[in-house]
Amino acid sequence: MTQASYPPDLLYHAEHDWARIDADDPAIATLGITWYAQDALGEVVFFEPPAVGTVLAKDAPYAEVESVKAVSDVVAPLSGEIVEVNQGLAENPATINEDPYGEGWLVKVRLADPSERDSLLDADSYKATLGG
Amino acid sequence: MSSQAPPALKRTPLFERHQAAGAKLVDFAGWEMPVQYDGVRQEHIAVRDGCGIFDVSHMGEIETSGPQALELLQLLLSNDASAMAITGGAGGAQYSVLCREDGGVLDDLFTYRLDVDRYLTITNAANHERDLEWFTTHASGLPGVQVTDRIDDYAMLAVQGPLAREIVQAISDSPLPARMTAATRRLGGAEVLVCGTGYTGEAGVELLCAGEQAPLLWDELVRRGATPAGLGARDTLRLEVCFHLYGHELSVDRGPIEAGLAWCCREDTGFIGSDAVRAERAAGPSQKLVAFVIDGPGIARQGNRVLGGGEVTSGTLSPCLDTGIGMAYVPADRAASGTRLELDVRGKIRPAVVKDKPLYRKAS
Repeated sequence: MTQASYPPDLLYHAEHDWARIDADDPAIATLGITWYAQDALGEVVFFEPPAVGTVLAKDAPYAEVESVKAVSDVVAPLSGEIVEVNQGLAENPATINEDPYGEGWLVKVRLADPSERDSLLDADSYKATLGG
Repeated sequence: MSSQAPPALKRTPLFERHQAAGAKLVDFAGWEMPVQYDGVRQEHIAVRDGCGIFDVSHMGEIETSGPQALELLQLLLSNDASAMAITGGAGGAQYSVLCREDGGVLDDLFTYRLDVDRYLTITNAANHERDLEWFTTHASGLPGVQVTDRIDDYAMLAVQGPLAREIVQAISDSPLPARMTAATRRLGGAEVLVCGTGYTGEAGVELLCAGEQAPLLWDELVRRGATPAGLGARDTLRLEVCFHLYGHELSVDRGPIEAGLAWCCREDTGFIGSDAVRAERAAGPSQKLVAFVIDGPGIARQGNRVLGGGEVTSGTLSPCLDTGIGMAYVPADRAASGTRLELDVRGKIRPAVVKDKPLYRKAS
């Protein structure tokens, strides 16, 4: 994806992560990194998902994405426990660049406190944090 | 938020070319430099398979001239500067390190012989001021030598890859100087010092010219098929062939012997630090720089610990080998090819194997 994009149906964390609350089960969220994050990183060449069952604390790093040049922490936008990881990324980590909000999702979590979502940003507020 | 604005970054004469090409620009040693254009991996492969062009104008130049020029270089540089001959109109080129008295490495340098009593030494951007002061200080006792800062006089382009010489040759007024020699040529309209050197493990040249000549030279070489490549690819290319990068494999806390650079040290020339280097060569270093390949997933990075002693100095994912690679200092008794290592990569233990250098070698 070469053009910046920030879908309006997602919630954003200022550390360049997004969360999509499951339409059927509001206690489940899918997490990933934003277009800005993948662009800043460059081509992702390595992502090792944390294990299912790992407990995430909001605002704390829970995984790493790596480009040729650098490694970058992925911060949890919400607290919870991982119920599923995107296994496809082990083979094709650059999917995170190509489709950051779709096939490039990282993990699904069962939220510890669904009310935490109120602290996240909408797309416009997140875009405002990126400046010019 | 800090209220102090950071100092303005320096820009090379090619800055507008990088912007126009959509490069990702980063602060590198105080210079605003392209780290990549379309992607590190594509640029890396372009250099291995065809021809890449790098703007390395952030690198510094020091000219040493006069009847005592050689004497000063012999005092400062670890190699035997007298071996740089002038043959067939081209001057020799030579790699060396600049050492302190204790053998600690101040910089690693290429020097080109421009004329009988004139040499040009290329410095790393981050070390240029310190190198210049070192040269100037030691020249003060030698009336027959002049040290001149030429950093503002030169832009520098590296044109690298199996097609590089052919592409540059096509715009040159006469045959390019051979590998490890340098000579002035007219390329298009520009007077250029063409050097048969590089930092990628491929054939190619490095070009030094006046800043105002650089944009048209760049345009012409890109038009003829050279792919703009950034510092990201420069780093992965050099690491695959195990070339040192100052600040990673080299520092004032490391000597040339443990760094595997004994081949560019000629202690009998009496260079500053030669006593320490001689002693270390005789005793054998306690640690040695090795190349490694990660056995399995993961990418080690600079600063990762080697279990049992030592640390990683550089690490990346090799675009050609498609695995994690790197270099590390390890205890000398664990430096043999085939030795298994364990690396602490941010809390995860990654197995790795010591390999012969270079890690990448072209299939012939």
